[in-house]
Amino acid sequence: MKETKKDFIALDFEKPLIALSKQINELEQKTLQNGNKKVVNDLKNQYAKVKSQIYKDLSPLDRVKIARHPQRPYPLDYIQLISPTWHELHGDREGKDDGAIIGGLIEIEGQTIMAIGTQKGRNIKENQKRNFGMPSPEGYRKALRLFYHAEKFNFPILTFIDTPGAYPGLEAEAHNQSHAIAMNLRELAGLTVPVIAVITGEGGSGGALAIGVANRILMLENSVYSVISPEGCAAILWRTKDKVQEAANALKITAYDLYKLRIIDEIIPEVEGGAHYNPKETSEQLLIAVKKHLEELSRLSSNEIKKDRQEKFRNIGIFVNA
Amino acid sequence: MGLKDFFKTRQLKKAAKLQNGTANANGQDLKAQPPDELLCTLWTKCQGCNELLYTSELKKNLSVCKHCGFHHRLSAQERIDQLIDYGSFIEINENILPDDPLNFVDLKPYKNRLNEAQKTSGVKEAIITGLGSINNQLTAIGVMEFQYIGGSMGSVVGEKIVSLIENAIDKRLPLVLISSSGGARMHEGILSLMQMAKTAGALKKLHEAKLLYISILTEPTFGGVTASFAMLGDILIAEPHARIGFAGRRVIEETIRQKLPKDFQTAEYLLENGQIDLVVPRPNLKQHISDLIRLHSQNTKKSFSGNGIDKTMIDKILARI
Ligand SMILES: [Zn+2]
Repeated sequence: MKETKKDFIALDFEKPLIALSKQINELEQKTLQNGNKKVVNDLKNQYAKVKSQIYKDLSPLDRVKIARHPQRPYPLDYIQLISPTWHELHGDREGKDDGAIIGGLIEIEGQTIMAIGTQKGRNIKENQKRNFGMPSPEGYRKALRLFYHAEKFNFPILTFIDTPGAYPGLEAEAHNQSHAIAMNLRELAGLTVPVIAVITGEGGSGGALAIGVANRILMLENSVYSVISPEGCAAILWRTKDKVQEAANALKITAYDLYKLRIIDEIIPEVEGGAHYNPKETSEQLLIAVKKHLEELSRLSSNEIKKDRQEKFRNIGIFVNA
Repeated sequence: MGLKDFFKTRQLKKAAKLQNGTANANGQDLKAQPPDELLCTLWTKCQGCNELLYTSELKKNLSVCKHCGFHHRLSAQERIDQLIDYGSFIEINENILPDDPLNFVDLKPYKNRLNEAQKTSGVKEAIITGLGSINNQLTAIGVMEFQYIGGSMGSVVGEKIVSLIENAIDKRLPLVLISSSGGARMHEGILSLMQMAKTAGALKKLHEAKLLYISILTEPTFGGVTASFAMLGDILIAEPHARIGFAGRRVIEETIRQKLPKDFQTAEYLLENGQIDLVVPRPNLKQHISDLIRLHSQNTKKSFSGNGIDKTMIDKILARI
């Protein structure tokens, strides 16, 4: 894989690779002059070893960093990589079009699908519009409007989740963030069309769940999904943000953890190092998984689809019945 | 003034003893205790106006201060005693108990926290659910216990609420849930988060069954509880001055880098912003709930010939115009 085509922003645990790759480049320049290729090849082998070791031993916090990587593909990228068409639909009809929630019609194998996602911005200007992917109540109401639209026209719903969480702001509270989220949780439970949710980056608590009550929940390999951010959890339970590593471990937030806990249905593989190294390949994997689950759900009747989703969530919880 | 100071030093002494872990640890300590204990249980300092109140009088007044109207926090059992007709409450699912699915350890193990919570709160989990009568109307009722890990919602709270809702649907009863919670319980990770969807999903069924759900929001109700079942009532009632919201005040202030208005996220603020139906002082709460249940059960009347409104009532209203 060519990793030098584009400038990738290295995460802290990737620093050894950057150093090695610099060494290789320098040596390669020299060997062009004096012709000793063995040293370069040895270094290249070492590079490959270090690389596979680093990516094999990713800690939960490392995955958090990949999930938040500024170059990570966002829902709008995936949507346009998997569908030949994208007809965006805007607004909550009550006064706002929240840029942190995107929605619209796409096509998969000739089937119209309602795609809805949380959307982060790539720069300051974009983030003024996207609010760093943190939806306001109006965003959740826009999503709800589109859920109802899908229900009316019998379109399956595909949601893409990548949000730090619902926006904690003054206006958001005044406009009833809690109610907006709660309504989505309740109304998603009543839909008779298939709903598939894909966590592509950060699954930030209730703000993620508000578009995540689905028949099938899929997670990209390096995405995370949690009741609270590791930073928030560390600050509350350990009383210091320094314990973020401990909190990330304890909370069980990786795709592998959640698959083991039987919360999610499938882990979608990413290329080594994370989806940003090859968005196209990751989007192909994503499409394969989505198509598989759509196909399975298409065999169910409307009522069975609703029941399937309700029972899925009815049965979540681990307790002792004495 | 003198009495207040006396009270304060006694309180401090008591607190120190509790910290040393010797309070009630052996008979000797208990023997040394009576004057303190007596005073502490005899008097309560109002958290609103700092007045010293006779505890028994305060309890008789439903833990509302007669001077300033401050609503002191109630335990789940006190709440049930205040709202449910005497002797009519039947608890259900009291044996659904917490587990430690993630083997969660922060500064101490979650298992220890559960044990401590059970000891200090006297209940087995952060909610009591059951069936009981409110002015002779049978109701499915759930009351959260804030003393139990901040009334946080984990697997047990979710399961007990859902089971209660299923009971309400099955027996066609109105549902009353009284919330007091900091939100989802972090120690159960994603399982706690999913209880939001689980309870909301059960409420969808209740909604489709066209049954009444009255949600009572009490000090404090936040996070995953507000953003799920607590906000989904057909009718939303809050107690005066209760703080209710999604995100905590500090988190919001850190995010927007500005101070929030003093009344932000209070019951009165929510009422003004159209988020709740009513703010009802505790002494009126039972009657209010009871009236609402009665009004929602009178929907099959076929004949409308009757005596109408009491004539003296009409005269009263006319006199006001
Ligand atoms: Zn007072």
